[in-house]
Amino acid sequence: MSKRMDTGNSACALAVKAAKVDFIAAYPITPQTSISEKLADYAAAGELSGVYLPVESEHSVMSAVAAASAAGSRTFTATSSQGLLYMHEILHYASGGRLPIVMANVNRAVCAPWCLYADHQDSVSQRDTGWLQFHCASHQEIYDTIFLAYKVAEKVKIPAMINYDGFLLSHSMLSFETLEQDLVDQFLTPYRPDWKLHPQWGGTFGNVAAAAEYSAYRNTLAEDTLKAAAVIEEEARNYQKLTGRWHGGMIDVQGPEDADVFLMSMGSMAAEMELAAEALQAMGIKADNLKVRVYRPFPAEALRQALPAHAKLLVFDRNLAYGHEGGALLMEARSALYNRDETVKIAGISLGIGGIDLPASLLTEKALALLEGLK
Amino acid sequence: MNNLPINPLSCATEGAGGPTGTWRSHRPVIDPAKCTGCLLCWIWCPEGVIAKEDRSINYDYCKGCGLCAKECPAHAITMIKEADHE
Repeated sequence: MSKRMDTGNSACALAVKAAKVDFIAAYPITPQTSISEKLADYAAAGELSGVYLPVESEHSVMSAVAAASAAGSRTFTATSSQGLLYMHEILHYASGGRLPIVMANVNRAVCAPWCLYADHQDSVSQRDTGWLQFHCASHQEIYDTIFLAYKVAEKVKIPAMINYDGFLLSHSMLSFETLEQDLVDQFLTPYRPDWKLHPQWGGTFGNVAAAAEYSAYRNTLAEDTLKAAAVIEEEARNYQKLTGRWHGGMIDVQGPEDADVFLMSMGSMAAEMELAAEALQAMGIKADNLKVRVYRPFPAEALRQALPAHAKLLVFDRNLAYGHEGGALLMEARSALYNRDETVKIAGISLGIGGIDLPASLLTEKALALLEGLK
Repeated sequence: MNNLPINPLSCATEGAGGPTGTWRSHRPVIDPAKCTGCLLCWIWCPEGVIAKEDRSINYDYCKGCGLCAKECPAHAITMIKEADHE
C-alpha cells in the first residue's frame, strides 16, 4: 500500500493494471485520454500482461471489447461524452450478451454546442442500456470502485460503467492510496466464465431469437439488474472488511442521526455537498449529505430506508431531463418514494451544467432556496 | 424458458429456422447430362443444401434463391416455377 499524489485518471489506470485485465481497446477523447495513454504505456513496458488494441472509433472500441469479453477475457475501456454516445448501439449488445465489461466514463457535457467540461448528460443518456452505473466523488473512490465493479459485474454478468467528473477529478491532483497486489488478488480472483466463444465449440452468440426467447432474455436482464443492488452492498462490505475502505453501498449517508434534511447528488458534487451540509448544520438545520454511489440500478430501497418520516429531500442534478422539471435524479427519487410516505417532501434543481463551478457556498444557497420552496 | 443460458447462445442445427423450403417460388433442377461436377453450385449455395457427393438438392430447406443456376458455368441448372413443376 502506498500513498501518492496523482490525477483521477492515474488512479483509474493504476487500478485497472492491478485488476490484471486481459484486454483493453481504446480511442482517445478528452478528458479520458490520459487513462488510455497510461494503460498503453503499461502495456508497452510489459507491466500489463493484457492485450492493448488501438482501434479507429468508439463504436469499434465497444465492439472489440464485447467480442474479447465473449471470448472469456477480463476487459476494460474508457471514454467520455461523444465517445460514449457513439458506443450506444454496442452498449445494448454488451448488456444483452451479459458480458461483464468494465468501462470508465469520464463525465463530460455533450454537443451541441461543443463543451469539454463536466456534467452527467453523457451517462444519464445511457440509463436504459442495461449497464450498472457507479459514480465516484474522489480519486480514492475511483481506485477502489474499479475492483468492486469487476467483482460485481462478473458475479451478476452485467457490464459496469464507472463515472467520474471530467477535469474536476480526472485531471486534478489528490492523494490516494493504492492497494498491495495480494489484497487485490484476494478480492478479485481471475475471471473464469462458465461459457466463452471458442472455435472448437462451433456455436454463435447474439443470433436471432424468437419473441418469446428474446423477451425472456431481456426480462431476465431487467430482473438481474435490480438484484445487483444487494450484490453491490455485499461486495462493498467485503471490500471494507479486507481493506478498511468504505465509500458507501448503493448510497452513502454519514450525517447526524436525527437529520431531517437530505442533500442528494452524485459525482464530485457529492464531495462538495458535505461542506454545504456542514454549513446548514451551523445554521441549526439538521442536514445530511446523501451521496448516490450507484445510479443503475437506482438505489430505491436504500433511499426508502435512509429517509425518516417528515424528511425533506433536496435533489441536485448535474444533468437535464428535457421535457421534465429538473434532472434524472429528481425524477427517479420521486418515483422511488411515491407511496412510500406522503410526509416526505422532495424538491430539486439542475445545476453545474457544462462544468459550471459548484462551490459549497452556492450549494448552501440553493439548498436554502429549495427548503424555502417546500414550506 | 427457465432452461435458457443467461448468455444468448445458439448452436447451428438442421432446420432450426423451420421448413424454409416453403418460401421457394422457383426450384433449381440440375440436368445431370450437362453437369461437369465442378462443385461451384455447392460452393455458392448459401443454405448448404446441395450435396457434395451427388449434387442432390434438399428441397426442404432450399429457398430457391437461384444463385446456383446463375453461377453454373455449364448452364446445367434451370429454375422452374414451383406451380409448373410436376
